[in-house]
Amino acid sequence: MQQMFSPRHLFTTIPLAMLGFALPGAGFADELNLPVGVTDISRDIYDLHMLILWVCVAIGVIVFGAMAISIVAHRRSRGYKAKQFHDNLTLEIVWTIIPFIVLVALAAPSTVVLLRMYDTGGEDLTIEVRGYQWKWQYKYLDDDRNETVSFFSSLATPRDEISNQSVKGQYYLLEVDKPLVIPTDRKVRFLVTAEDVIHAWWVPDFGIKRDAVPGHLNDMWTIVEEPGVYRGQCTELCGKDHGFMPIVVNAVPPDEFNTWYGEQLELADARKAALSKTFSEEELMVEGERVYNAFCVSCHLPTGAGIPPIYPSLIGTSVVTGPRDEHLKLVIDGVPGTSMQSFANQLDAAQLAAVVHYERHAWGNNAGDVTQPRDVIALSE
Amino acid sequence: MSAIIHEHDDHHHGPAAGITRWLFTTNHKDIGTLYLWLSLIMFFVGGVMALLVRTELFQPGLQFMSPDFFNQMTTNHGLIMIFGAVMPAFVGLANWMVPMMIGAPDMALPRLNNLSFWILPFAFMMMISTLFMEAGGPNFGWTFYAPLSTTYAPDTVTFFVFAVHMMGASSIMGAINIIVTILNMRAPGMTLMRMPLFIWTWLITAYLLLAVMPVLAGAVTMVLFDVHFGTSFFNAGGGGDPVMFQHIFWFFGHPEVYILILPAFGIISQIIPTFARKPLFGYQSMVYAVASIAILSFIVWAHHMFTVGMPIAGQLFFMYTTMLIAVPTGVKVFNWIATMWRGSMTFETPMLFSIAFVVLFTIGGFSGLMLAITPADFQYHDTYFVVAHFHYVLVPGAVFAIIAGVYYWLPKWCGHMYDETLGKLHFWLSFIGVNITFFPQHFSGLAGMPRRIPDYALQFADFNMLSSIGSYIFGFSQLLFLFIVVKAIRGGIAAGERTWDGAHGLEWTLPSPPPYHSFTHPPRVTEAEAHS
Ligand code: HEM
Ligand SMILES: [Cu+2]
Ligand SMILES: [Cu+2]
Repeated sequence: MQQMFSPRHLFTTIPLAMLGFALPGAGFADELNLPVGVTDISRDIYDLHMLILWVCVAIGVIVFGAMAISIVAHRRSRGYKAKQFHDNLTLEIVWTIIPFIVLVALAAPSTVVLLRMYDTGGEDLTIEVRGYQWKWQYKYLDDDRNETVSFFSSLATPRDEISNQSVKGQYYLLEVDKPLVIPTDRKVRFLVTAEDVIHAWWVPDFGIKRDAVPGHLNDMWTIVEEPGVYRGQCTELCGKDHGFMPIVVNAVPPDEFNTWYGEQLELADARKAALSKTFSEEELMVEGERVYNAFCVSCHLPTGAGIPPIYPSLIGTSVVTGPRDEHLKLVIDGVPGTSMQSFANQLDAAQLAAVVHYERHAWGNNAGDVTQPRDVIALSE
Repeated sequence: MSAIIHEHDDHHHGPAAGITRWLFTTNHKDIGTLYLWLSLIMFFVGGVMALLVRTELFQPGLQFMSPDFFNQMTTNHGLIMIFGAVMPAFVGLANWMVPMMIGAPDMALPRLNNLSFWILPFAFMMMISTLFMEAGGPNFGWTFYAPLSTTYAPDTVTFFVFAVHMMGASSIMGAINIIVTILNMRAPGMTLMRMPLFIWTWLITAYLLLAVMPVLAGAVTMVLFDVHFGTSFFNAGGGGDPVMFQHIFWFFGHPEVYILILPAFGIISQIIPTFARKPLFGYQSMVYAVASIAILSFIVWAHHMFTVGMPIAGQLFFMYTTMLIAVPTGVKVFNWIATMWRGSMTFETPMLFSIAFVVLFTIGGFSGLMLAITPADFQYHDTYFVVAHFHYVLVPGAVFAIIAGVYYWLPKWCGHMYDETLGKLHFWLSFIGVNITFFPQHFSGLAGMPRRIPDYALQFADFNMLSSIGSYIFGFSQLLFLFIVVKAIRGGIAAGERTWDGAHGLEWTLPSPPPYHSFTHPPRVTEAEAHS
């Protein structure tokens, strides 16, 4: 916002205004154009974008200008008599060659930027980004610690904001329960892939976007200089909640990052310890609701009612009242051929136990049993 | 002229009576009329879906529909507009105009012509019926990327596959018919390089259709096999590749977008000379430009896939070839303006739509050029910027050209002038509506709004509301178009043989309305009367 009146912004808004859109007020200026972003690459892209925009404006002025003159001057109502010329080889050659030269002049800097984007290698940190219907998983590929830091990041906007029952917050649809954290001034490499359908991972301020394709590992990198919170969204249609899987990246100074990373390692250890613990029913319900809201709610809804026939209800059905192990198996293995996915690789035994316990005792369900992590472990053995 | 009509009446009977006239007809004009009415109906059906989408997007939050239904609406809107509105409209225009413009009595393959039309209503009924089934209709985007359209598709995907097969079969038959007619049935003296531009562009389009419709058929067949017969063409888990789907789809898809615009170029190249009262500037270079666009369109497909993770050599190749297409496209625009230059212009409705076409299509070409720049496309791809781009080339592009063509030739078809005042009103409402709808989408795209989302972050709210308002203006003014067309069919000032004083071409040597079989005696074609 402070940069509102910088040359870069003037550079931006003039051609956009010339393209025929009255600026409804200076406050709009930031919304009218591509963000400059916070990386070398995003700035390179911005400059390319402005270059080609200006070239288009210039061509437009010439072409539409000639047309306007003709429309005003060469009309019958002014008594203008038509000339009958209909060919001019020189002219045809000129207006083939000149655009060609202009295009070469645009292709050259574009090639340079593209080569720079493909300059992978030499990274300080590698993060695997995996798209799921409809959330992201981030895994820090750290050979020493056996890739223990891994978590899901899903939409944190409350449902009643989406359904217009409460006022929408500032970061409506652009907020997640657990953001990705990366260090500033370090080359971070992303390996992008997907579990189910194609998604795309995009943070405009970094100038990077890559499709997350099942069976492919796509490579991209960034170096962020300014600490800050950066937001993006999934940009490949991936099913019903495609509009509801945002990306939030928290870029922090390296020291802070190391502290955070240390905490994540501890958290991971604590979660490992949880696998052998026995939880109270209250603890199971609390953790279960948390897991449910992150992993199950988009299809089965907060009320457990689902959206039949595609997403079945979980209230009083044979699954939630029937044998506990069958219920567990269904969540662990998924139901092939439907959108009920396998959660075996997404949730650990403690989370599975909690969410199944929750489903069996929420919304008036009362199976009357207790599910502990060891039950899940026993089942998978 | 009247002598010709007389003779033809001695040999043939006119149209059959009642519904059988339309069911069994092999007459190019009747079939042309059927195509055009189907197209108009589909335009309204697809339009209602678009307005539903825009209504949901009027404000942030979910108001009117579930995200899944939203996806069904965007998907069916795209499929119906492309395969149901624009393509049949061009085939309808070809049916009416090709025989009349080349001096032939009818199309070369009249029974095939009947079949290729009558497949279509059933194809669309089948596709639209899925919207009323329990599982819902296609919801995976008109591009139906696997595995969203295979493993994760609603069960009705099978109907979608067969509907697309039928549309493809219809297009292939139509294309064969047009090629055979143009190559074999031209009147003496109508050499290739004397053919009107509309005939040239359709000839080239027909070859594009023949080349890529089978590719689309292959893609949907592989989808069918993946869904029902356990193959894994596009399933990574079984050794297949979702990216291969995109290569196959866009090998069809990019030439397809030129199928949607080349006949439009043809129409505009007929209209501008008429109202500028001046021959088309650079006829030969116009023909070569269309041919080179068509050839280039086969080697640019992966510009839709820059973010899919191609090796750098691929990225550069597709960036360069895509940029190259701008050269012949530019040549066309320059030639249209040179045709207007120092003409004696009047601005009847067809000309207004044509001028708007040149300006707004060029804006779509500019954004196309921006999208061709690979590094910048990383920012634009799958945002509203792309939506703005292709709507600029398709709505004030293809659709305006079709509307212009209808106003231009309608008096010929039905023998009456349309209401010029209402026509101009229709133009101005459409022109304003289309720009309010699609221009702001450039901005929401640049600001970061992804496409195909039912709900959006708050900073996109202003532009979306504007866009929705524009869409109502544009959408409802098309009812005026329907009214004007019906009114002209039912009566009006007699149009006369040469409706427009500046018009050239064989169609203007026939009476309005023309006889049931256009030219039963081939006319002799001179350079001057061949094309404008
Ligand atoms: C100067 C000529 C053109 C160039 C350089 C160009 C370039 C492009 C590029 C690079 C894209 C991909 C954008 C992305 O997804 O990131 C695109 C999308 C598209 N273009 Fe064009 N284009 C041109 C003209 C046209 C014309 C004439 C049409 C049709 C009449 C057209 C229709 C489309 C459509 C339908 C899409 C989007 C398809 C989809 O993803 O759903 N374009 N264009
Ligand atoms: Cu998505
Ligand atoms: Cu393309």
